[in-house]
Amino acid sequence: MSVLARISGGVLLVAAIGGAAAWYLAAPSRLDAATVASLGNGDATRGEQVFWASGCASCHAAPGADADAALSLGGGERFVTEFGVFVAPNISQHPTDGIGSWSAEDLANAVMRGVSPSGQHYYPAFPYASYARMKPQDVADLYAFMKTLPEVEGKAPSNELSFPFNQRWALGFWKMLYLDDAPRVELANASDEVLRGRYLVEGPGHCGECHTPRGALGGMDSSKWLAGAKAAEGEGNVPNITTGEGGIGDWSKIEIVDLLETGFTPEFDSVGGSMAPVIRNMAKLSPEDREAIAAYLMAIPGHASAN
Amino acid sequence: MRLFIFATAALTALTMGAHADPLADRKANMKERGSLLRVLGPVAQGRADFETATVLDALEKLNANAQAAIDVDALYPEGTESGDTKVKATVWSDRDGFKKANDDYTAKVAAAVEAQPQDLESFKAAFAPIAASCGGCHEVYRN
Repeated sequence: MSVLARISGGVLLVAAIGGAAAWYLAAPSRLDAATVASLGNGDATRGEQVFWASGCASCHAAPGADADAALSLGGGERFVTEFGVFVAPNISQHPTDGIGSWSAEDLANAVMRGVSPSGQHYYPAFPYASYARMKPQDVADLYAFMKTLPEVEGKAPSNELSFPFNQRWALGFWKMLYLDDAPRVELANASDEVLRGRYLVEGPGHCGECHTPRGALGGMDSSKWLAGAKAAEGEGNVPNITTGEGGIGDWSKIEIVDLLETGFTPEFDSVGGSMAPVIRNMAKLSPEDREAIAAYLMAIPGHASAN
Repeated sequence: MRLFIFATAALTALTMGAHADPLADRKANMKERGSLLRVLGPVAQGRADFETATVLDALEKLNANAQAAIDVDALYPEGTESGDTKVKATVWSDRDGFKKANDDYTAKVAAAVEAQPQDLESFKAAFAPIAASCGGCHEVYRN
């Protein structure tokens, strides 16, 4: 065998191993057996609170939907971003157009790992990088509640993404960088209330998805956690909700709680845009949960506005 | 009372005429609206005492403020979409919907004045629809 043939053979072998390794690394990774086993039987009543805390309807119901309409999760809303257009899928209980045939395990893998039942990566427009922090019991409760919701006919259209963003397999690498269930901020000696707030904000509430600036690859910049960001859609800015300069340092706890319930700031401006549906969700939580969110926001490090 | 309110509206529309700086004018109008809600909101929330004179005075001012913003075309002309504003493009692309939202709000404020609430419960009943319309409009027409 000539030297050249040996070298090219070696290169091929290395490339094959490298390719296999890349394939392996980027392959969707599901929840482990212990987590799946811990799902147990869900409680639909508790699941309704998880549903509102997680903001499912804000993207998957018709825009502006309130009351019963917010429970029709037919999808179809278009999110025009710099990566392309994402279209919210139908997550109603329709057996073929929605997710009516899913098991609790399927839902948990989608929500906490960003993996579809057929083993595809979801795009992180679906905020699983936050939902990864959810308690398996909450996901089981959410599943039980979603089973009570109506079937909506009709599949939503596909995303409109161009190369390279249409390469779903590459999301495996994105997940390696940005998908974990560790707390966003370490809080020494935090009270139970603050810890509950941390769970709600960092997990189901997925506040950081809009309120934290992102790096070039679309991952959140933890050093500016909740310090505000450019809006993913359109021209606007998402405000700084830390106690740092340009944030909410001069707000009292009750003012934060009021905003979450009524949408009014201390100046009696009423929040608009995509925060308006979030307020409708937050208004459905218990007063204690809104207070916990406020306590957490007051406890985390303040940052000057990132935008 | 209703006649009086409409007469005021007509007079305001007549005297208003063209705006030199519509963007600044509409922001000043909204700021004033916020400052009046700062009087009324805490009363509705039970954080400030209900005093009939204070509440009726603030409602009258809120009504005048709404009447001053009734001419959507004058306050939101073409060319004021960008700059120091959080307005959404929907104000122009859905002009009819925006006008209707503005008219609905104006009618609710006028109705609250007409109701002349004399106690907390009747005030809350008149005020709740006004407060609810803020977020509904901002959701669609403002970032």
